[in-house]
Amino acid sequence: MQKLKTLSLLAGMIAASQVQADGRDYISVVGSSTVYPFSTVVAERFGKSTSFKTPKIESTGTGGGMKLFCKGTGVDTPDITNASRRIKESELTMCHENGVDGVVEVLIGYDGIVVANDINSHDFNLSRKDLFLALAKEVPTGKEGELVANPYTTWNEVNTDLPAVKIEVLGPPPTSGTRDAFVELAMEGGCKAFPWIKATKAEDKSKYKTICHTIREDGAYVEAGENDNLIIQKLQKNPDALGIFGFSFLDQNADLVKGSMVDGAAPEFETIASGEYPVSRPLFFYVKKAHVSEIPGMQEFLAEFTSEKAMGEEGYLTDKGLIPLDEDKYMKVKTDTLELNNLAL
Amino acid sequence: MNNTDIVKQSLKKRYFKERLFKTMGMLSIVTAILFLLLLLTDIFTKAWPAFIQTRVELTVDLNEADLGIDAQSDEQAIMSADFRKPIRAALLNTFPEVTKRKQKRELYSLTSMGAEFQLRDMVIENPQLIGTQQTIQFMADDDVDAVIKGTIDRLLPESDRRVKNDKLGWIETLEASGQITTGFNWHFFAAGDSREPEMAGIKGAILGSLYTLLVTLALSFPVAVAAAIYLEEFAPKNRFIDFIEININNLAAVPSIVFGLLGLAVFINFFSMPRSAPIVGGIVLSLMTLPTIIIASRSAIKAVPPSLREAALGLGASKMQSVFHHVLPAALPGILTGTIIGMAQALGETAPLLMIGMVAFIVDIPQSVTDPSTVLPIQVFLWADSPERGFLEKTSAAIMVLLFFLIAMNAIAIYLRKKFEKKW
Repeated sequence: MQKLKTLSLLAGMIAASQVQADGRDYISVVGSSTVYPFSTVVAERFGKSTSFKTPKIESTGTGGGMKLFCKGTGVDTPDITNASRRIKESELTMCHENGVDGVVEVLIGYDGIVVANDINSHDFNLSRKDLFLALAKEVPTGKEGELVANPYTTWNEVNTDLPAVKIEVLGPPPTSGTRDAFVELAMEGGCKAFPWIKATKAEDKSKYKTICHTIREDGAYVEAGENDNLIIQKLQKNPDALGIFGFSFLDQNADLVKGSMVDGAAPEFETIASGEYPVSRPLFFYVKKAHVSEIPGMQEFLAEFTSEKAMGEEGYLTDKGLIPLDEDKYMKVKTDTLELNNLAL
Repeated sequence: MNNTDIVKQSLKKRYFKERLFKTMGMLSIVTAILFLLLLLTDIFTKAWPAFIQTRVELTVDLNEADLGIDAQSDEQAIMSADFRKPIRAALLNTFPEVTKRKQKRELYSLTSMGAEFQLRDMVIENPQLIGTQQTIQFMADDDVDAVIKGTIDRLLPESDRRVKNDKLGWIETLEASGQITTGFNWHFFAAGDSREPEMAGIKGAILGSLYTLLVTLALSFPVAVAAAIYLEEFAPKNRFIDFIEININNLAAVPSIVFGLLGLAVFINFFSMPRSAPIVGGIVLSLMTLPTIIIASRSAIKAVPPSLREAALGLGASKMQSVFHHVLPAALPGILTGTIIGMAQALGETAPLLMIGMVAFIVDIPQSVTDPSTVLPIQVFLWADSPERGFLEKTSAAIMVLLFFLIAMNAIAIYLRKKFEKKW
């Protein structure tokens, strides 16, 4: 017993002595769970095809990633953060305050957000206005400036062209970046279709946001968790329900679910790339310039990520559902990244 | 009516109540077992395909001109050679009718992205292969794998099917010529995480869990046992000790996520320990298992009959000697059982590890307690969240591995108890 105790104490001490975390020989990436599937693919190929270690990628969410990234410089802070939206001015200020001066922005491509249902169910031809009316907490009445609690229970009440099916939408919870993007791109897009609401934006921005960004809580919108696979499983069990998730999940499950048309465009690779499909968002990552020379492999990792075979039109990231940039934008992003040009908002 | 009559009259009712209770008890046990069976069959049926790997047999020509290396090249040169070329050439040889660019891309995706690394590693191991022709079983792509396993239904109309007619045709040709084989998926137990389902393995997570548990055990076992011995055998009975006792019991009921927040604030932010490392994970989990082990150890020590202590003391042993020579050995089976159950809990814990950065994509197998790593339950979580269909089976397979370890640990606990338990 005595021996056992001394042994385990010894083990504990050895373990503790190893903790001196000076120098790090792998790249540390944090940030958005939407960019995670793309970032990890590049990291894995980078690790397998070079003599550098495979970068470590944490999925912390865009906001959480920014906080970690902007905490300062040094090996105990991450080198790169992924983001499913552009960095906010406040976040960049926070970075600068903590001594993170050089930040390089890399736009990697686009991601579409789809509204889908079971493959054998009705075809939906939605507009952003329909989505807003069906899902907002309060909707405008015919009279200007008047809002009522959302009275719609079936899709054909929203728009007579839509099927007479109960409104039931499974989507991500408020903590998700997909939800933020859906609200901003689809709901706000439909909300702006009402001229008087659009006018309030200039007068009272917070009121405008409340009207456009608040999703109804009476059970028509079901928060189905962050797991998109779960939403797809639920759609198969419930053919009347619609689900909201990222394009890559539609791409992978095209035999189980189908995407609804939004504003006349079907969620397809080409329509999202051309911008015709309205609910798509840019994906970024941000690089800490001070770390490029400190951490081994940074320059090479950036070169791999921005290479034609990764981010290009037929790159391996497109196989994972990333919508690539057009040629001009791609060339600009590539030079900006490799020359480490500072981000300017 | 005398007393006997009253008893007789109520007899029927009393028997009925007993029967009712028995049936309800049986029913609840049956329901519990049914749910367990349901869970296990669901996991098992989803998991079994993950243990089978589909391979595509191709004859590759490793000629020196194509690869730009020869048998004398060093490892660095071999590393940078393009091993996609011979594989692609072999595929084109098998299907010479494919000429269009887009079709070629489809054709090349019959083998896994890992095939080139598979070939490269073989050549690094034996550079003499350069310049020869080799017939090698390459890992198949996850889509091919899904078709062979029947996860993708071949009979669906083309528009609803992920694998289009061209590709399906090639797969069927290869199948007919016996070039598609299946076998046990050793790779799953030998590789780290990957974003390609066919290449993903569980070894990184198993080792991560192992390192984390080692740290937990090394920290929590001695501390908890020492605390239990002191509290049971040496501590004076006063209010302060009562207060400590209450707090230990309270600590056992604290939600585990709180320990994660503590770990983030204290170990990572204040002591700047590395994120995502088993050492921090282990420390956090040991905070969580400490109270479990203390409580189990105390009751084990308490169960040792006082006559044993008194006999030792009566024969002239010191207090210390009586405890360490007589009480502790007698209490050890109980203490070990408590420890193993505490460890099993720690093995399945996810929430506190979320906070300290162990939810991460880690391909390299961790070599020490400070290397970034992940643990089994988090691997399950990460795979469950991946868009590729092939990860569905991997998720269930990882759950099976996790359950296996849990059952093994609990079995050891039961065995120890049965073997060393003494009846006083």
